[in-house]
Amino acid sequence: MATIQFDNLGHSYHPHPSKPDDYALRRLSQEWEDGKAYALLGPSGCGKSTLLNIISGLLVPSEGRVLFDGLDVTRCTPEERNIAQVFQFPVIYDTMTVYENLAFPLRNRKVPEADVDRRVRQVAEALDLTADLKKRAQRLTPDAKQKISMGRGLVRSDVAAILFDEPLTVIDPHTKWILRRKLRQIHEEYRLTMIYVTHDQVEALTFADKVAVMYEGAMVQLGTPQELFEAPRHTFVGYFIGSPGINLMPCTLGGDQAIVEGIAIPLAPGSAAALPNRDVPKLGEKFELGIRPEFVELTRSGANGAIPVQVVGVDDLGTSKLATLRMGSHTLKARLSEDQEIPLDAAIRFPTRWTKLYHDSYLVN
Amino acid sequence: MDKVQDNRAWFLIIPVFLIVAFSAILPLMTVVNYSVQEIFGPGQTLFVGTEWFEKVLADERLHDALFRQIIYSLAVLAIEIPLGIVIALGMPGGRSAKTSLTLVLLALPLLIPFNVVGTIWQIFGRGDIGLAGATFRALGFSYNYTSNSLDAWLTVLVMDVWHWTSLVALLAYAGLQSIPPAFYQAAKIDGASKWAVFRYIQLPKMRGVLVIAILLRFMDSFMIYTEPFVLTGGGPGNSTTFLSQYLTQMAVGQFDIGKAAAFSIIYFLIVLLFSFVFYTIITKTGSGEKQ
Repeated sequence: MATIQFDNLGHSYHPHPSKPDDYALRRLSQEWEDGKAYALLGPSGCGKSTLLNIISGLLVPSEGRVLFDGLDVTRCTPEERNIAQVFQFPVIYDTMTVYENLAFPLRNRKVPEADVDRRVRQVAEALDLTADLKKRAQRLTPDAKQKISMGRGLVRSDVAAILFDEPLTVIDPHTKWILRRKLRQIHEEYRLTMIYVTHDQVEALTFADKVAVMYEGAMVQLGTPQELFEAPRHTFVGYFIGSPGINLMPCTLGGDQAIVEGIAIPLAPGSAAALPNRDVPKLGEKFELGIRPEFVELTRSGANGAIPVQVVGVDDLGTSKLATLRMGSHTLKARLSEDQEIPLDAAIRFPTRWTKLYHDSYLVN
Repeated sequence: MDKVQDNRAWFLIIPVFLIVAFSAILPLMTVVNYSVQEIFGPGQTLFVGTEWFEKVLADERLHDALFRQIIYSLAVLAIEIPLGIVIALGMPGGRSAKTSLTLVLLALPLLIPFNVVGTIWQIFGRGDIGLAGATFRALGFSYNYTSNSLDAWLTVLVMDVWHWTSLVALLAYAGLQSIPPAFYQAAKIDGASKWAVFRYIQLPKMRGVLVIAILLRFMDSFMIYTEPFVLTGGGPGNSTTFLSQYLTQMAVGQFDIGKAAAFSIIYFLIVLLFSFVFYTIITKTGSGEKQ
């Protein structure tokens, strides 16, 4: 197990990167704790696989260093780093039995046969593979094959970290759920440092202690699922986490108020103080007001500070209702409880605690 | 529930059936017909039953040719398959100019007509002007493929290796290219040695193409005719007379049509039998159950 540090880490596939767009992974300094489960979340092409390959040692970063427990491993092979990795598609050794597959990483490292047997049986037990141990790996179903791939990562007791590169892509939804639970269980039991790459927010949020959201090569936020939900540090996080994503409206500023099409919306006191002293964005600059649908307060017009809106539609989702509202030229979503009535003269309020101001897509605080 | 019977499907296979009938079945049946008759001339035939088969099976020269043939084909496989795999492993991957150049160079011997290959090697091996022959002589070896049977035999073998190893290499290369990079990365992470990567990833993934390579090389080498015919004419003595050449001598040279036909059928059955055995062995060892 190891603490993983990134020291000014960056990677570009160009030989001479000049602009930020040249970077597949933009400059990053961070420390990831030992024994925690992390998820790297983002759409395809956001740099999450690049970062994963740098951590595993399959890719040498063009800038900066990677440290495991304070030791510089930037140029070490995966083997030297003592990393285990599970790939998107199951990698199994066709000609071997399940047992031989699981024993392979240990036998290569000349672990005594008695220990091999003990570890293999332990891991097989944890992954429900005991009944298949003597079968040829080639004949199993894709999810059993992927379990074997995972098992080969888990079988080594001394790994620095286990990396998962979208490992559940080929698995059907129900088994996916079971496997994720299994992984979570194994994580809690063995306290392994696990890094899980995915583009599925549910997968990331249910698996990880901390989720790193990546967008266009930059890590825009690293936080617990709750932090990502309550205080998205980037509009992309607001949009990507949660369904539907955050409501965003361009705005200008007036003291501690955001002004959207002439309507003043109060912000938390002092939240605009960190900004350059100007109320109207310069050319190319952008102020945005963001609030999650869960935090939009629906009330009647005339209530204190309420802004009248037009109800465009309501979707009943079974456990909650999702209202589509028009406020001026903007469309907002609001999540309501099942029993909440929608008045004819609907109006909304923006609780200051949940009303966030974004400057050039980044949260102002 | 009644199964719907629709015999119109039979009409659709008639064209294929006709083509196969004219190209394979009728000629083969003609051979079968010849093999049970003594043919004196056009229209003058005599039914002799299995006599030709008995004669062929007792033919000493045929035994010798068959023995030579088997040794030769096994030698071809023993050299070309491993060599082809080694070449494929050493070939550059990816889409680069180097890859294209290697592929073109490898494909060259395959593009040369068989009798030209024979001619090339005939000249190449000549002691007076041939590059190889003259070099051997200069180095003090008494190399002469026209008078020494071992030299002749080895020359035919090396010629086949030169001509056909590329095919095995290209097939093996195609097999290697189909292995996803994740397999190599996983093997690296599992701490597998180079040998283990070959044994547990590359070889199993190449099994399919290697089955094809072995069958093709076996059948082709078992039926080899043109190259040794051009190079040595079957000599010196009978040292490079393989089955097909002996068959040609019998059918065209001595006009022993009945005997040659019986021989052909036996020849065909031998190739079929060997191919079947190879195929079964290779597919069984690869994917069969261990239990």
